Amino acid sequence: MSTAPPAAISTSGLTKVYPAPRRHGAALTAVDGLDLSVRPGEIFGLLGPNGAGKTTTVGMLTTRIVPTAGTAQVGGVDVIADPALAKRSIGVVHQLNTLDRSLTAWENLYFHGRYHGMSDPAARRAAGEQLERFRLSHRAQAEIRALSGGMIRRLMVARAVLHRPAVLFLDEPTANLDPQSRMALWDVLREIRDEGQTILLTTHYMEEAEEFCDRVAIMDHGRVLALDTPAGLMRSLPSDNGTGSAAEDWRRVDAALSEVVALADRLGLDLDQVRRRVTLELVFFNLTGRELRE
Amino acid sequence: MTAPPSSGRAGWAAFRSLLLRDLTVLDRDLKEFLPNTLMQPAMLVFVFTYVFPHIGQGVGGSGNAGRFSTLLLGGLVAQSIAFQGLFRVALPLARELDITNELEDRVLAPAPISLIALEKIVAGALEGLFAALVVFPIAAFLPSTPIYLRAHWGTLLVVTVLSCYASAALGLTIGTRIEPRLVPILLGFVAAPLGFFGAVFYTWDALAPIGWLQAAVLVNPVLYMSEGFRAALSIGVGHLPVATVCAALLAFSAVFTVLGINGFKQRVLG
Repeated sequence: MSTAPPAAISTSGLTKVYPAPRRHGAALTAVDGLDLSVRPGEIFGLLGPNGAGKTTTVGMLTTRIVPTAGTAQVGGVDVIADPALAKRSIGVVHQLNTLDRSLTAWENLYFHGRYHGMSDPAARRAAGEQLERFRLSHRAQAEIRALSGGMIRRLMVARAVLHRPAVLFLDEPTANLDPQSRMALWDVLREIRDEGQTILLTTHYMEEAEEFCDRVAIMDHGRVLALDTPAGLMRSLPSDNGTGSAAEDWRRVDAALSEVVALADRLGLDLDQVRRRVTLELVFFNLTGRELRE
Repeated sequence: MTAPPSSGRAGWAAFRSLLLRDLTVLDRDLKEFLPNTLMQPAMLVFVFTYVFPHIGQGVGGSGNAGRFSTLLLGGLVAQSIAFQGLFRVALPLARELDITNELEDRVLAPAPISLIALEKIVAGALEGLFAALVVFPIAAFLPSTPIYLRAHWGTLLVVTVLSCYASAALGLTIGTRIEPRLVPILLGFVAAPLGFFGAVFYTWDALAPIGWLQAAVLVNPVLYMSEGFRAALSIGVGHLPVATVCAALLAFSAVFTVLGINGFKQRVLG
């Protein structure tokens, strides 16, 4: 018998088929029999081109899209059978600004706490703490429209984790952010990760997935094409001609690097750093192709 | 294994907090809400019950200006509830569902979607009630002509509750089905017929000479609200039987609740 703790997210045969539009067109299978298991404390990345089924998957796991078939549990709660209960285990950050524009920054946090059953004093305390932690205290009374893009995203993360959800869903959290804001957001996300928060992340930025995720699933056409640690995925990249193995490729790369080092030595050059590297991006293109998805 | 905390209790706690949020926003919007609520009734009362009698304009039938002010009171209270309930629910909802996505956090509150939709109706109903309380003194004390009032408290309570609820439920029904760019149409194609054919400025029995119109206006919920408030407040003006008013408003409430909650579900669940 396994004694492993229950999965933070587990799906079995999870499927979403959108019916054909009334006049013309065919039914669309957005997610096709997804089996997924995310461990508590794990940072799990979902990568894929536009239309791969990432957002539909997140939508089903966060109770917003009703699956056509299959089962899904988040934090041990059946998302399909009891969505109201499951919502207590879920925190969501979207790529779009979903903050309540009628409320101030502080009120967005305070009312979120109240929606999730906190008492008035507890919600007040939590709102203040989150603002402090996400470096937003100086904008507590600001209207949402007065906040920068980076502040809005940080406030959305602060709100999503305020009720201590079992799983934090980050749907392209750094989309449309400038480099400084992206870095600031990753700083707070690292803090959350280090506290043991389970995170499911979808992103288009391969380097983010590579650095941040414990495991990555590459999706396309509603199916998982590959699932492993970032390093494991990069090791699995087959050679270009399709005949040799990845290990052979690495041997060739190593040999080439040795020659570069020897040459630099002969010329009296100091090499600062020599790295051999396959990026996750290459793995991604290899699995999903390079044609434009629009 | 411990049982999970009760879903029902968490759902109602979320419901109360959502209501608190909406009332907080109403409180903040008071400086827009008050003039918006008062302006039209104040203008109507001033023109119909002050200006027209003074310039000899024969609105409200021949000679009996007091009767007109009296019937107008019930109509204006009804119309204020209907418009505030409808617009305070439908307008923000159309925007939040379509353009700004800001309903997201409330939809993710740990309550069933139907309860979250119901909260919208209750919040809108409270706003409608508030509008009625603000408009009543205007309609009762501003007219220069006499008004004949006597409150039937039981009827007043039931008609007020049902009118506020039905109006807000209509707001949810429309707000979940209208695109934000079509919102201006609400004024012309929804509010105008609701008001002009809602027996606000005349009693339903006065339409007897135009039989087809008298029959057609029976589909208008505002008609029952106006007649109900007349039954509850006025002396000397005809009105539909209170039982008919209550049955009709209950039926409208039930239909709009089902349509509104279904519309809300369709918009927030994929």
